[in-house]
Amino acid sequence: MSLSKATVATIEKQRDRYPQPRSAILPALWAVQHEVGHLSPEAMGEVASLLRVAPSEVEAVSTFYSMYFQKPHGRHEVLVCINVSCGLRGADDIVGHLERTLGCASGETSADGEFTWASTVECLGACGGAPAMQVDHHFHEDLTPERVDDVLARVRNAGT
Amino acid sequence: MAEYKLLTKDFGTERLQTLSVYESTGGYQGLREAFKKFTPESLVNEVKTSGIRGRGGAGFPTGTKWSFLPKDVFPRYLCCNADESEPGCFKDRYLIDESPHQLIEGVLIASYAIQCNTAFIYIRGEYHDQRLLLERAVEEARSAGYIGKNIAGSGFDCEIIVHGGAGAYICGEETALIDSLEGLRGQPRLKPPFPAIKGLYGQPTVVNNVETLCNLPHIVQRGGEWFKSLGTERSTGTRVFCCSGHINRPGNYEMQLGTQIRELLEEECGGMWRDRSLKAFQPGGGSMQVLLPEHLDLPLDMDAVAKAGSSLGAGAMVFMDETTCLVDVSMRLVDFYQHESCGKCVPCREGTYFESQLMHRLERGEASTSELATLAGICANMDGRCFCPLGDTATWFVMSAYKHFGEEFEAHCGAGECPVKARSVAMVA
Repeated sequence: MSLSKATVATIEKQRDRYPQPRSAILPALWAVQHEVGHLSPEAMGEVASLLRVAPSEVEAVSTFYSMYFQKPHGRHEVLVCINVSCGLRGADDIVGHLERTLGCASGETSADGEFTWASTVECLGACGGAPAMQVDHHFHEDLTPERVDDVLARVRNAGT
Repeated sequence: MAEYKLLTKDFGTERLQTLSVYESTGGYQGLREAFKKFTPESLVNEVKTSGIRGRGGAGFPTGTKWSFLPKDVFPRYLCCNADESEPGCFKDRYLIDESPHQLIEGVLIASYAIQCNTAFIYIRGEYHDQRLLLERAVEEARSAGYIGKNIAGSGFDCEIIVHGGAGAYICGEETALIDSLEGLRGQPRLKPPFPAIKGLYGQPTVVNNVETLCNLPHIVQRGGEWFKSLGTERSTGTRVFCCSGHINRPGNYEMQLGTQIRELLEEECGGMWRDRSLKAFQPGGGSMQVLLPEHLDLPLDMDAVAKAGSSLGAGAMVFMDETTCLVDVSMRLVDFYQHESCGKCVPCREGTYFESQLMHRLERGEASTSELATLAGICANMDGRCFCPLGDTATWFVMSAYKHFGEEFEAHCGAGECPVKARSVAMVA
């Protein structure tokens, strides 16, 4: 599979913004992930040739950062913070609730392929609205199990 | 003395995120005045006069940092550090969400002072919406002539590139940030050479925190002497404190430095929730040492908090009530550092792993008393022996908690469960 013209154009535009093309690896990988859903070896190869670096260098970068996916994920991404501020205000209950409602463990994808969810120790920067999560990059704060259900239902319906 | 709003004065104004509303509140006047009133050299001196120290954690004087750039070496780069990932910190996100143009104006003023024509804003990957907001604001500022060639007729040129990270706490360390910006794995570099001498693309580089830069329009407009009148002698100005945990009103509060911590807790945060009492708090963020109720009388002053054995760090305040298990909190923080260790140096890579294994056993009540000495040994072999501060700070909270709450750590040994949680459950029932 090769990248769409739009993604290639985005990567080229990013490349030309920087004093050195390899600086565009991170934005290029974001563009790939937003199109493909994860970083396939073929797509990383294309990024490498667009940015004039070795494919192994792109791959090395891709595995360093926790937000890049090496394998396909669900249609929606749920990230629940379990660091201190969220932990103090009930993040463990939110984690338990997601395990039960989505029927899978942290890091896994629900059987219907809708949600990949994970608890993360990397503080999301939403401590004032703890406990918090991100769904498809958007913040949801002051969570309760009911509010989690609402958010997931809204995302699921919006996606159909 | 309640909140003192300098950076956050206009926050909440409708559509402050747009250029026209930002300008209507006096926005970009600081930049215009910087061009009119100052040469780059005199602007560096004005910022030195203000006494402002970096808001990212280390508290280094900003003007002095700028003056380390070698003369006549160009190009130079400015990197705004918006990789805010310190546990407990959410002020940079707030500053960007509420007023992206204030940050852009600060970036442009700093760029003018250090004569940089390409500035970067490195924003963490999780702040996706904030990155889009900044990108829109940059485009708007560019079409109004604040970014690009001959800005506002000054003859000064500057481009701003917003660069999104992808989930790596270590990229908040300035040399790791630079590596990441160059398209590498974000691992810290050996210093010296410091970024001021050899930074991004091998050129002189300044890395400044979001909040530091947001102060610049105000310093330019009201003067370094005026700015110095806020706060204390060695901690000038205000800071935005990120308050979270077991309090009634979590949120960001901008306070003059020097205000008592108790005032922040009781007046702004509305005190402890559920009529419970304070057991401990962590100033500065996940990296910093725990403090006790008796420390509430300390002023919000970098040196005073340092003297008490902790740090104001990046401005977080996490308050914990009497039901909190300090072993559990330590475990969460240790897990964080273990996950975020970049793997470059052995003491951090291996040490955080051992620490995490042991803390989990301890929290479950499975560790023996002798393992507490092992924990202290692991930490002693990390602190001061790691390549960068990440590994050192991975030991600070847990060791300070062990020092102040040793009995609680010991009570976990061989208990078969977390004794604090067991007691809290019994209390509620």
